[in-house]
Amino acid sequence: MFKKFQPSTDIAGQTPLKSSVQRSIRAGVLAQWKIEPETLEQIWPKKEPLVHVKCREHVSIYTVHNEPLFFQHFDGPLYPTLRLYHKYPYMLPKVGIDRGAIRFLLGGAHMMCPGLTSAGGYLPPPNAALPAGALVGIYAEGKEHAVGVGITKLGTEEMRKVNKDIGVEVASYLGDDLWALQTL
Amino acid sequence: MSSSEQPQPQPVQPVQVLYCQVCTYPPEYCEFGSSITRCKEWIHDAHPSLYDKYYSEEALQNKLGTLSLEAQAKLEKETAKKEAKAEAKADALLKKKMASQVTIKRIERNKRKHVTAIHGLEAFGIDLKKAAKFLAQKFATGASVTKNAQGLDEIVVQGDVADEVLELIENGAGVLKGVPIANVDVVEDKKKKGGD
Ligand SMILES: [Zn+2]
Repeated sequence: MFKKFQPSTDIAGQTPLKSSVQRSIRAGVLAQWKIEPETLEQIWPKKEPLVHVKCREHVSIYTVHNEPLFFQHFDGPLYPTLRLYHKYPYMLPKVGIDRGAIRFLLGGAHMMCPGLTSAGGYLPPPNAALPAGALVGIYAEGKEHAVGVGITKLGTEEMRKVNKDIGVEVASYLGDDLWALQTL
Repeated sequence: MSSSEQPQPQPVQPVQVLYCQVCTYPPEYCEFGSSITRCKEWIHDAHPSLYDKYYSEEALQNKLGTLSLEAQAKLEKETAKKEAKAEAKADALLKKKMASQVTIKRIERNKRKHVTAIHGLEAFGIDLKKAAKFLAQKFATGASVTKNAQGLDEIVVQGDVADEVLELIENGAGVLKGVPIANVDVVEDKKKKGGD
């Protein structure tokens, strides 16, 4: 989403959101992430207005005190920014890519199944399998911190079975143009 | 039981991730950036204990993981190439910067009214909107960013403040930092016809 993103040309405007909209976004975040209401309150206090940064191609970034916290495409899932995810890594289930796939991910590619199912990759065990459309933190072989956030295109068991094509779509990654925007 | 006896749930404290001051990645990912040499220098000086964690012989062995030696060699070659490319780009950018010109134009609107147009600051990484705000405050006057006849952005300040702006740039005041004074020109734009 942010492989090529220029604030000067790709941002249409910034508006503080109505409180009713903020409430529904808060509910959405609580439903989509494994996060406690009090922790979300610490990240985004109820008295702080959420600002909607409207971008081209129906991408929205949401900020508090100019700091991007989450983003979405149309009214799709709410992704945490990678910086926010680094702070609270437990809030999304994890998948991992092998070392060979890292540079492709950092080049803006989506993650193919083989990079996730190989010896250096990681998928949750069958009893914790993820369905398609699950938000995930993307980790990398031998690294402590996540390299991106994304969404599963196939269920994780299906990824093992099919083992080709895109397994995880990357929404934002280390060094993309959203990463570069520490404040907006 | 009254609710006051229940413990208040406490928020989870965030993980403090160290980010490289050179490439902004967590240091474990510096090897994938385009500034590994400077990244290494930074961590060596700023966090000597971490340097070994990422760059000791043992760490280099371990991080190979499931990647084959050939693939690792290829990655290193690419990193070096990326770094050389980034350096060449930075060099070219710096050269371009040092060759760019800033002009401060004193424009006569009528006998007593002048405006001052400043052009070319963006080449030195200066945010024009911020600079316009800064100048407006400095001179208690109006200042805006507009497109000139050539379609290039420039700052237009109400009043004749050309010499003062030159001085501010020379002193590197506020947001007007990093412009070599030799690259700045003051020009006059007098009205040719009309008047007396
Ligand atoms: Zn670095």
